[in-house]
Amino acid sequence: MTALLRCEGLTRRFGGLTAVNDVSLDFALGEVHAVIGTNGAGKSTLINMLSGELAASGGRILLGDDDVTAWSQPRRARAGIGRSYQRSTIFPEFSVFENCRLCAQAAHPRPLALWENAARCKTSGDIATEALRATGLSPLAARPAGLLSHGGKRQLEIAMCLSTRPRVLLLDEPLAGMGAEETDRMLDVLRELRAGHAVLLVEHDMDAVFRIAGRITVMVNGEVIASAEPAAIRNNREVQVAYLGDHA
Amino acid sequence: MAFNRVLPWIALAALLALPLGLTPYMHELVVKIMVLSVFALSLELLVGMTGLVSLGHAAFLGIGAYVTVLLSPEADPGWLPKLLAAAVAAAALYALFVGALSLRTKGVYFIMVTLAFAQMAYFVFHDTKLGGGTDGIYLNLRPVLGPIDSGAKLHLYYLVLGALAFTYALLALLRRSRFGHALAGIRVNEQRMRAAGFNTTAYKLAAFVLAGALAGLAGFLLAVKDGFVNPELLSWHESGAVLLMIILGGIGHLRGAVLGAVAFVLLKELFSTPALVGDRLAEHWQLTLGITIIAFVALLPKGLIGLPQRWRARKPPRRAADQGAAR
Repeated sequence: MTALLRCEGLTRRFGGLTAVNDVSLDFALGEVHAVIGTNGAGKSTLINMLSGELAASGGRILLGDDDVTAWSQPRRARAGIGRSYQRSTIFPEFSVFENCRLCAQAAHPRPLALWENAARCKTSGDIATEALRATGLSPLAARPAGLLSHGGKRQLEIAMCLSTRPRVLLLDEPLAGMGAEETDRMLDVLRELRAGHAVLLVEHDMDAVFRIAGRITVMVNGEVIASAEPAAIRNNREVQVAYLGDHA
Repeated sequence: MAFNRVLPWIALAALLALPLGLTPYMHELVVKIMVLSVFALSLELLVGMTGLVSLGHAAFLGIGAYVTVLLSPEADPGWLPKLLAAAVAAAALYALFVGALSLRTKGVYFIMVTLAFAQMAYFVFHDTKLGGGTDGIYLNLRPVLGPIDSGAKLHLYYLVLGALAFTYALLALLRRSRFGHALAGIRVNEQRMRAAGFNTTAYKLAAFVLAGALAGLAGFLLAVKDGFVNPELLSWHESGAVLLMIILGGIGHLRGAVLGAVAFVLLKELFSTPALVGDRLAEHWQLTLGITIIAFVALLPKGLIGLPQRWRARKPPRRAADQGAAR
């Protein structure tokens, strides 16, 4: 499998603290690549660097054949890197549909067409409708996003990310705070998305990670201590000691 | 809701017919309100639509006004389209400069930086001979365009009304366009907009420049109306006053900006008229106006535009109960 997104020797220092140290990973189309680790292991920093929210202190990031290390976040987003946030960062006062439509608009902004009504924009509207269908939110399209349940907001996070038509999905704890039923539904959604995307999944729910991931990377203190198939990770002694603890 | 839709049209029709039955005093007052409405609308684009609170908006008004006067020939009336374009362009240019630098900051820092740039422009006109210093300069002959003479009262009235209608329509269109939706997204959650792929800085700068240009339009109208400019037009008092107007009217609505301009001018007129409030009070109109505005803002956090909603909410809470059940 060829990697769609790759990072080589990626490093981020905050003053004296090295949050991410020399991390090299591949994310391939059609695979869910989970990154696990304790709090403070550098998972979110990794996502922030890959998405462009945070500049790297060292190393490089490749999207396909392009070196995107110096690209701004909006430019990377338009090139196909989509992300969701650990804490829901939706537009609470807009409708669920408008949340997605607005994200879809980024690829076709045409800001100078002032006479056109954005709410009736067909290009972005169709993409939003499709994203809502894929995440099972279609029945709630007209509801103000702020009134969704916690699980609904997490789904909307994914739908908004999908609305930008990304090739790479960087998902920061999409299952956080979800009940068993909601988790199942979200995993179904992710399985459906897997085929057309390279997915990086940061998640604390180990059960879910082992159910869906094709590859698991374990980070401790900003460094990768193991990166392999789930079965190999499960049996890795170092990982068991460092992270899984009682689960092993 | 349907009534809210037609309200601007009713207002436009009334304003079109109004000059027929106005006393000179009322005529002057209505023109003043319309000019300040354009100014308030231009700030609403920044504060209400984009979420950028600027405390230096008067700089663009003043620059538009000064350019109009400075470029007018001494002995002949100036050509209206040229002066109008120059005023708007100069204000837009200064907005581009200020915006490019100030939009790197956020929140209270943005407020302070815009204020600083406005004070800078204020002191250029205040302390140099460029525009007559503290005395300001007169515009003796008003701009003309063919048979249109902006020095004629009725011509000026319709010129200002046209500018107000243009500004209102432009912003109403902008609001529902993709550009406007993107600005709304930036107001609510800029980080998320960047993650979706919007170059938010470019959007904010475009809004800032457009707001500056429209303030420049208001400045042009003000210079033509008064036939006089002085540095006080650029002072932070003016920037504060226009911010008060949109707060008073209700931030987040174009109608609120216009309503705020109306209320502000009328309140000021009321409190500074000795015949209405007595000599002593009229002398200290700032005090009574200030207290009144504080009272308004405290009692009506959503501005005057939220008044009908509050009245409706006072009625028996049947509707609220229905909504609760639907959830």
